[in-house]
Amino acid sequence: MTITTPVVATPVRAPAKPPRNRVRAWATRAPLLPALVFLIAVTQLPFVATVVISLFDWNALYPDARRFTGLDNYRQVLTDPDLRHSVWTTALLTASVVIASLLLGLALALLLDRRFKGRGIVRTLLIAPFLVVPVAAALLWKHVLYNPEYGLLNGLLSYVGGPQRDWISGTPLLAVEAALVWQWTPFMMLILLAGLQSRDREQIEAARVDGAGDWQVFRHLTLPHLRRYLELGALLGSIHIVQNFDAVFTITSGGLGTANLPYTVYQSFYQAHENGLASAAGVLVVIGSLVIATLALRVVSSLFREEVSRA
Amino acid sequence: MNAVRSKGLGLLAWFLGIVFFLPIAWMALTSFHSETDAATNPPSFTAPLTLDGYRDFFGVGGGASPWPSLINSAVASVSSTLLVLLLALPAAYALSIRRVRKWTDVLFFFLSTKMLPAVAGLLPVYLFAKNTGLLDNIWLLVLLYTSMNLPIAVWMMQSFLAEVPVAVIEAARVDGARLPTILLRVVAPIALPGIAATALICFIFSWNELLFARVLTGVVAETAPVFLTGFITSQGLFLAKVCAASLVISLPVLAAGFAVQDKLVQGLSLGAVK
Repeated sequence: MTITTPVVATPVRAPAKPPRNRVRAWATRAPLLPALVFLIAVTQLPFVATVVISLFDWNALYPDARRFTGLDNYRQVLTDPDLRHSVWTTALLTASVVIASLLLGLALALLLDRRFKGRGIVRTLLIAPFLVVPVAAALLWKHVLYNPEYGLLNGLLSYVGGPQRDWISGTPLLAVEAALVWQWTPFMMLILLAGLQSRDREQIEAARVDGAGDWQVFRHLTLPHLRRYLELGALLGSIHIVQNFDAVFTITSGGLGTANLPYTVYQSFYQAHENGLASAAGVLVVIGSLVIATLALRVVSSLFREEVSRA
Repeated sequence: MNAVRSKGLGLLAWFLGIVFFLPIAWMALTSFHSETDAATNPPSFTAPLTLDGYRDFFGVGGGASPWPSLINSAVASVSSTLLVLLLALPAAYALSIRRVRKWTDVLFFFLSTKMLPAVAGLLPVYLFAKNTGLLDNIWLLVLLYTSMNLPIAVWMMQSFLAEVPVAVIEAARVDGARLPTILLRVVAPIALPGIAATALICFIFSWNELLFARVLTGVVAETAPVFLTGFITSQGLFLAKVCAASLVISLPVLAAGFAVQDKLVQGLSLGAVK
């Protein structure tokens, strides 16, 4: 991808070295080449093509009318109220799902970090939502839980005499968000649990001997240690949820103001056949991801450097 | 007092675990109900069990059979996983055991490709496929899934191979062992569980993928998630069938995921968290 400025393979710096060294250097690099060439061909080239197409006025139904329009598509994307709304929806959806699943995941990780009977079983129960195929999970929420007539939510409410609701048309974005939080909380829990279990036990013991209470240990030892893991969870979650297509497509089909950018891109070329506009929107999604990805790389690299220096 | 609180927190964990699992349990129960019993309000927990939902899903007595889509998904996931291993193993070897210069930079290049949203390249891939007649061809998906999973696999396997102690490799070399012997006898036994976990995670991601499959396949190469999208608008007349379908199609992922529970975190966080 184009985000970082990675060095693929640095040429041997000193030209004075005998050629045998150069041969050996290439022999070392050779195992890397198939993977690198493959990735560049399959991911980078199409993106470059997307950038080029985004500069054209090109409707697939009228291919002869194709012409170069410069940044016109971008202007159109940014001024179209529907598209601007989908930018807002994407931000809202991503932020709310990430924050909610992170907080829930933290609570669950703290609970699972303690010893109790059946901890392994509870852990398995909690991981399960993450392992349901995303389309299947979205169908489960749409038909089995949310359905106003025979969905489980209204069914349970009718037991206690509660009000019956039409969950999806009542609060469409919240409906999508709840389903996504359910799927992503286990992911956050797993990462935070790994963070909790890598804490320095002796340090905590020492703090307890010095008379620190639970809250003080959490506030001054656990939370600072978890910060990196919270960042990692937030950023990896953001990368996936910014790109979410399955839940939006399945639960609301982008209707009722829930269309996010990936769905909008899909729709503008799949249904409206506007190749140029779709590409411009696609490039904008990339720019949005770029911000998140740069942060993500920084977090991952700081964790990774720590790991390398420890080894 | 402390013991009571500790017990209470354990019960709370159990309660939340059950709450999170409840939708799946309910889906499983509904899949064994008849369509009329599935669609009642209030819900019935005691309705007689039947396999009708599963029979309907598998197209017994009419309806589209899911088998072609299941086979397509299996072919796409397994082939792309094998291709990923074929490409990622040598790369991981160069990045961990026989460290190339600037190996961390190369590693981060792999990771950065993972952050390119799928929609960013979808249209050119679609146009390319349409012009070359590769539309609705499962092997195009295999290539795309390989590129989708390759960065994760390189990262994971790099971290698994790096766990092989250098001293052991050196000792084998001093004893006169050559590279193939070292790889087979020393590296493979230590790294095998990690490689297996990597493979299963790649399998899960390919099996789950919807966007590419939805855009690039049609009748012939339809995958299981695309088959599931056929239920999006069905108005609950087929609740048991929807549940049976969702469960059957999720089963390989659930099995693979439970099998690699411990390595799952490391894989999903791209090896950054151990």
